[in-house]
This record gives sequence, structure tokens and C-alpha cells, in this order.
Amino acid sequence: MLLEIKNLHAEINGKEILKGIDLTVNAGEVHAIMGPNGSGKSTLSSVLVGNPMFDVTEGSVRFGGKDLLELEPEDRSREGIFLSFQYPVEIPGVSMVNFMRAALNEHRKYKGLDPISASDFLKLMREKRAIVELDNKLASRSVNEGFSGGEKKRNEIFQMAMLEPKLAILDETDSGLDIDALRVVANGVNQLRTPENAAIVITHYQRLLDYIKPDFVHVLYKGRIVKSGGPELALELETKGYDWLKENE
Amino acid sequence: MNAEQQYIELFARYEDMVCRHSTPVMNALRAEALADFTRLGFPKYKSEDYQHTDVAASFAPDYGININRVKIPVNPYDVFRCDVPNLSTALYFIVNDSYYEKEQPKGIFPEGVYIGGLKAFTELHPELAARYYGKAASSSQDGLIALNTMLTQDGFVVYVPKNVVVEKPIQLVNIFRSDVDTMANRRVLVILEEYAEAKLLVCDHSIDDVKFLSTEVIEIFAAEGAVFDYYDLEESSESTTRFTSLHVKQAAHSNVLVNGITLYNGLSRNNYYIDLNGEQAETTLCGMSILDKEQQVDMYSHITHAVPHCTSKELVKNVLDDRSQAAFSGRILVKQEAQKTQAYQTNRNLALTREARIFSKPQLEIYADDVKCSHGMTTGQLDENALFYMRSRGIPEAEARMLLSLAFTDDVIENVRLDILKDRLHKLVEKRFRGELAKCAGCRICN
Repeated sequence: MLLEIKNLHAEINGKEILKGIDLTVNAGEVHAIMGPNGSGKSTLSSVLVGNPMFDVTEGSVRFGGKDLLELEPEDRSREGIFLSFQYPVEIPGVSMVNFMRAALNEHRKYKGLDPISASDFLKLMREKRAIVELDNKLASRSVNEGFSGGEKKRNEIFQMAMLEPKLAILDETDSGLDIDALRVVANGVNQLRTPENAAIVITHYQRLLDYIKPDFVHVLYKGRIVKSGGPELALELETKGYDWLKENE
Repeated sequence: MNAEQQYIELFARYEDMVCRHSTPVMNALRAEALADFTRLGFPKYKSEDYQHTDVAASFAPDYGININRVKIPVNPYDVFRCDVPNLSTALYFIVNDSYYEKEQPKGIFPEGVYIGGLKAFTELHPELAARYYGKAASSSQDGLIALNTMLTQDGFVVYVPKNVVVEKPIQLVNIFRSDVDTMANRRVLVILEEYAEAKLLVCDHSIDDVKFLSTEVIEIFAAEGAVFDYYDLEESSESTTRFTSLHVKQAAHSNVLVNGITLYNGLSRNNYYIDLNGEQAETTLCGMSILDKEQQVDMYSHITHAVPHCTSKELVKNVLDDRSQAAFSGRILVKQEAQKTQAYQTNRNLALTREARIFSKPQLEIYADDVKCSHGMTTGQLDENALFYMRSRGIPEAEARMLLSLAFTDDVIENVRLDILKDRLHKLVEKRFRGELAKCAGCRICN
């Protein structure tokens, strides 16, 4: 298995958000995690990539056989975890080119490879940019600076394409996207699917799942996965909403 | 004995020798300089404009001064490897405070241009020199200017006559070379006549590990329509202390850029006085310091808008690591007549540790009522969200910090109007942030 989460508890500023998550993801699978606002969806993604704002208080996470929680964020990335941020960060003064080259070369170094040549790098940039139809002009600007909401999300998927992760976590990648941008982003994600990698798609709405077909759907509520099922569960949520969760309490 | 006394006594005892190794134009100002220095003394620590630098303490130790102009056994071409290669500058040296005489190839500059030693210039063109020397930097203004004027014996001159454009960048390398603690009194005089143009890059290097102390007075006269770039790159040593006082007088339609970059130093106090005296004059004053350990930079600027329709832009950035300290004091005076002035000031500081100290004091004094003026000051740390974002892409924390620090200083370098120097600065600053610029990178001795 690629990812194995057991009884994961996490808190921020002393407030417990995740209250015992169990989840297993195998290569080739797409898991959707759905749930109402405040259920802990984004906390789960933050904890998996090692955001220092959150403290893990209990449980374990193994990724590719390694203890993920022991690794620094940069090492998690190099091991093959990628988070498409819900709110990508603007970094004025750091160009996309320098940023991407630094990241890619760190990944290569980790694998014992030499830094990529300038011409190969530009070729790769061009190739991967096409997947999400990202404008060349954006690639020469500072990271996310002055990008529209849709451009930022496309830029996340572009970075994912460059780094070729084993596990991609898409955190509300559909939020703030119009239908055309959504199609482009989803299309990009689908192109990057292989039997060797996997994805966790975090979303509030069923909409994105029309484009990225999940194998499994999990409902997260108050820090726990309260229901798991196949793609049909997402459709059920679409018609029923989340109110039934509260009634079940 | 107070710190002033030893310099007053030194001058009294060796006045003849000081004058003998200098010229009448320079000697003419010494008596008044002595009187001013005796009256003013060093600027008082904790006084309004010297809150954070104890000048007298820097001058109290006994430094050797080469009044008798003993030749320093050094070939600057041997010890200095240009840190800005391929810049293809016309290269000149000041060793301590003596101009290093060397034939320059003929014909590299247009007719009438003088670039070389101050002593020689004041002998060749005494009337011209006397019209400008000491006229922008008055010894009655500041004890440090008075001390410099009293003791200086040589320096560097750029003189460009009317309508002449000097295309080739001029580079002056100030070298500190001595086996004993040494003080130097340096002087630069730049005269640009109407519509003349030139670019000067000054680099300060310290070669030896002894203590060095310098006073540096720079006077720049930009006549109507003149265009001038002044880049000052300090890459000295932790045992180097320098006090600079740069004075610019700008006439109508002139355009002057001053960019002072401290890459490595001990303690530096840099004063800038810029007077916009003719309409449509434009000035850009940039500054940047990268400091760590116990390094200190104290920058003081005073821009005066005396007439209407002038523009000044000021951008100063400091990055402080360890226990370093920076002070910025930016005064902009807009006189009542100076309507339609545009004056913009920005000071941004990055404090990387809890122990680093920043003191920032913007001071806008505006007497005209139809002006556009702004000032902004921020002091902060690196953006934690940006750091995490970069780390989540596999970039190690130290590298991410370095890239963000580089990004922070980027706009100061972008203000450089010499592309090749700009490229070089990007690399030098990166080296500095990586800790590879442990000492002056320009000296063979250090490598």
C-alpha cells in the first residue's frame, strides 16, 4: 500500500481537529474526501504534508513504508507527496522558473541525479505547461503573484506535473474555478494518472468528481471518517446534502 | 585626552608635512577645517542624527596615518581581482588614501575628460578645481567633513566637460592595505558640466586583518541636463569602520542615481545629502545592506527639494541576521517654493533573528502645498506561509530562506542602470546569503 493512516489525531493551538482518522490508499486509486465546512478536510491535508501549524497528538502515517510523520516537509515532497494548495501562496521576487528549477533539482538530488540542464528544463517546462494550458507569461513571473484564482490552481497542477508525485492531494482545487477552468484542471489531473500513483481529492461538492472519477468516497465529519463507499456515495451526498450527518448524531 | 584632541595635535605637529604632500587648492581649506573641527568635534553620540553610532569611540584608538606619503609596497593589480569581471571598466585604484599612479591607455575617453588623481587634478586645473572642491561638502556642516578636509591629501576626480558622454563605466577600487592599524581620509570629486554623462562604480576592499578606519567625502556636481550613476559597493572586513559623506548638487533637468550596497563590512555610517536646485531634476537614492554577526550600518539621508517640479525616489532595504544592527534615518525637506514636487521614500527591513536590531526614522518636512510625497517603512520576518509553500515543493528550509531573502533585495538591484553590474550583483548577493562571501571576494590574498 502507498499510504496508511491509523488513528490519526491532530490539533491546532490546543484544539483537536482530527479525532482518529483511518485511511488506506493504494497505488492507482483515487479517493475523494468530502464533508461539510470545518469537518477537518484541510487539516488532514496540512498534516500529511507537515504544516508546522498543526500538532499530531496520536496515531501513525506510513507512506511507501516510511514513517511520514518523522519527515520534514521538504523530504515528504521528495518522497513523492504533493499538495495542491487550497490557497496557493504568492511569493513576490521569486520567479516561477527559479522556484521550479530549485524544486526539481532538489528532487533529482534526492534520487541521486545530477541537476537538469538548462535546455532540458525549459523543454520540460514547456511540455508540462501545455497540460494545464498555462501561459508562458505566467511562467516567467513571480510565483503566483498577480495570478487570477483560476491561474493559481492551474499553476498548482502544473507544479504537480513537473514533480510527478506518487500521491497528489488536491485540496479544494475546484473552489473559485469557473466551469472551463475546472475542466482544464481536471483534465490535467487525469492526464497525470498512472497505475503507479494515487490521488486524494478533497472537495465540498460533487462537481469536481464529474471530471475526476474517484474509486472511493469518504465522508469526513467532526474529525472522523463517518462513511465510506464507492462513487455512488458522492451522488447521494449531492442530493441529500450533509444535514443527515447532524441528524445521525 | 578626548578623541578629537589627538587629531588636532597631530595636525598642529605635521601641518607642514600634510601640506607639502598636497596642493594649494586642497591646503587652502585646512585652516578653516581645523577651526570647524575644533569647534564641532565629532558628532555627539545619542544626538538627534547620531542616535545609534558612537563616532568618537571609533576615532579614539591610535591609528597610523600616512601623512608623509610613504609608498605602500603593493601592486593593486596583483591583490585585487575584479569582482565585477567582464564589466570592462576603466579601472583606477586608491591604496589607503593615495591615488595609485598608472598610465591609462590613451584615447579611451573623449577629449577634455579628466579621470584620475585629485592631487594631480588640482595642480593641472587649479581654478576649475577650486570652484568645486569643498563647495558641496562644507566643513562647517559636520565634524567628520571637517576632519577629512583637514587631513586629506589626495583623492579621485571625474571631470566631464559640457555635452560629453563617457560611455565606458569608470571603476574606482579603494583598497585598504597595511600591516598596522590605519586610517585613511578619502576624497572623491565628480564634476559633470551641462549635459555630460558618466557612470562611476566605487568598491571598498580591505585586504589585511588589521583595523581600518576611513573618512570618505564624495562631492558630485551635476550641471543642467547631466546624467550620472554612482554605485558604491562595500566589501570590506569586520575590522573596517567607515564614515562616508556623499553630497550631490543637482541643476535643472539633471538625473543622478546613487546606489549604496553594503555586502560585507564592520561598522559603516553613510551620510547622503542631495540637493535638487534646478527644476525637473530627478534623483534616485537606493541602499541595501546585508548584515550578520555584529555588523552595523547606519544610513542617514537628507534630500532637499529647493525648487518646483523635481522628483526624488528613495528605496532602502536591510537584511539582518545574528546580532547585527541597522539604522535608517531619511529626511526629505520640501521647501515652500518647491511646488509640484514628487518625493517617494521606502524603507523595508528584514530581521532574521530576535537579536537583530533595526532603527528606522522617516522624516518628511513639507512646506509646499501642491506636492506628491509618500513614505513607507516596514520591519518584519520572512513570510512563514511562503517558506512552507517552498518546502512543500521539496526546497530545503535554508534554501527557501535564501531565495526569499534574495527576492527581498531584488528591487534595489533592479534599480541598477548597468546591466552587467546588475547580473553580477545578483550573483554576489546570492553568494553573500550563502555565506560564501566571508571576506572581500575581490582580493587574491583572501582566496
